[in-house]
Amino acid sequence: MAVAQTLTINMGPQHPSTHGVLRVVLELEGETVLRAVPYIGYLHTGIEKEAEYKTYNKALTMTDRLDYLACNNNNMAFVLPVEKLLELEIPKRAQQIRVMMCELSRLASHLAWLGTHALDMGAITPFFYCFREREMILDMFDMTAGARMTPSYIRVGGVAGDLPDGLMEKLKKFLKIFPGKLDEYEALLTKNKIWMMRTKGVGRISAEDGMNLGLTGPSLRACGVRWDIRKAQPYSGYDEYEFEIPVGANGDVYDRYLVRIQEMRQSARILEQRADGLAPGPVKAKAVKVTPPPRELLHGSMEALINHFIIFSRGYQVPAGEAYVPTESPKGELGFYFVSDGTEKPYRMHIRAPSLMNLQALKKMVQGRLVADVVAIIGSLDIVLGEIDR
Amino acid sequence: MEEDPVLDILTQKFPDAVAERKTWKDERTAVVLREKLVEVCLFLRDDPRLSFNTIIDICGVDYLGEEPRYEVVYHLLSIPSARRIRLKVRVAGDDPRVPSVTSVWAGAEWPEREIYDMFGVAFEGHPDLRRILMPDDWQGHPLRKDYPLGGIEPWSERY
Repeated sequence: MAVAQTLTINMGPQHPSTHGVLRVVLELEGETVLRAVPYIGYLHTGIEKEAEYKTYNKALTMTDRLDYLACNNNNMAFVLPVEKLLELEIPKRAQQIRVMMCELSRLASHLAWLGTHALDMGAITPFFYCFREREMILDMFDMTAGARMTPSYIRVGGVAGDLPDGLMEKLKKFLKIFPGKLDEYEALLTKNKIWMMRTKGVGRISAEDGMNLGLTGPSLRACGVRWDIRKAQPYSGYDEYEFEIPVGANGDVYDRYLVRIQEMRQSARILEQRADGLAPGPVKAKAVKVTPPPRELLHGSMEALINHFIIFSRGYQVPAGEAYVPTESPKGELGFYFVSDGTEKPYRMHIRAPSLMNLQALKKMVQGRLVADVVAIIGSLDIVLGEIDR
Repeated sequence: MEEDPVLDILTQKFPDAVAERKTWKDERTAVVLREKLVEVCLFLRDDPRLSFNTIIDICGVDYLGEEPRYEVVYHLLSIPSARRIRLKVRVAGDDPRVPSVTSVWAGAEWPEREIYDMFGVAFEGHPDLRRILMPDDWQGHPLRKDYPLGGIEPWSERY
């Protein structure tokens, strides 16, 4: 008698290599995956709904919790459409600080990805190396706004305050050692035979399929598509920096690894270009109704006190309309779609989460592969469940 | 009407399907009739002058108290020409149905499920229309404006 040879197993939601609480139901024939169905929503916190009940200032602090590995990129994606609706002119210095913070976040995010991705596949050493360097970056975030993971340093109209003393020295020290550290990671992995056997040709996807699925970011660039929003549709003065867009050719796990490694080198290059000093000037836009006055003024000026109070209690009105500004987050295209009805609270805030769209490609990538490859592929997509479930 | 390279091609091809068009700063928006949506999307994807080959996002907006009540908003991207367009479909509150565009872009699957989950707008022709973020037995659609922030079912009754 013929017996059905397929086996259905549950991977996650509490599986260490699903990077959070992702559940994938795998239909297996022996060790080969016939079908994979991802289930999400275990981390759903209703940020989009919550934002409709909060002023823009308060809603901003929730965005750090989306992709908690790249806090500043979320803040950036949030403030750009709001500033577009408010028609604010952002001072040069604030823009440069923002770019700096976003690139540091990108490095922190990629380092966390590299460490955990290698750990998933049994390489433990890179994890310790990566988190050692990531800690230096988180220390810098701590200096800017007092939190390592959720600083909310980038605010509507500029940044929360000017860079603290000693941060630039710290950045210079970091940039001095970082390229060498990258070589160290690469020495462990790039030509490693086990690493190559586990990643080369695994989880391939073509550029056409990737674009059709809405794949963005490093995962799409690994298929050979030279698309980076920082270059194609620059924001916050990214057009003033020199950097390249690394691309892959095969669209497999190994190429996604290579692309991210090279992206880290490019991010370090962007940071180098500002390490010698930023443009002088204010870090907040000239808009008394939106950006809070400096702390010192509150003790002497009645107007400043009133403005400060109103900004943080009632908030500011954003002109009616709708806006969407795409940004390049470490995971892909991150953008907030705002619908404003002219009040202090967004009428609708929708988050275009890159991890959500990228995870859709999982089904296609794992088909016909082994169970062990599923771990490699999930790791290579670099998903963050906080952003997927929102 | 302002000139726009993308919207001009679109209105020329579908004079009846594009109900409204708007450009604001660098964002272009076209309101499309529900019946013509898939046809318009196929044209946007396949026309060599446009080639909107990437679906960026689909989301819903609930304008409670207005009619048509819902708006389904599509953000599309053309990587070859680095252009974007926003399509909108307006849906009546008592008949929340939209044709699915999963046949045009495979990536539309999850965003459409999310709108179904959050707004209760059904997508006709969707291969797997289930709730995505909320549990399967959840009551109501959380992002509707008449759904209270604290939920409709008291917490204590559920757990």
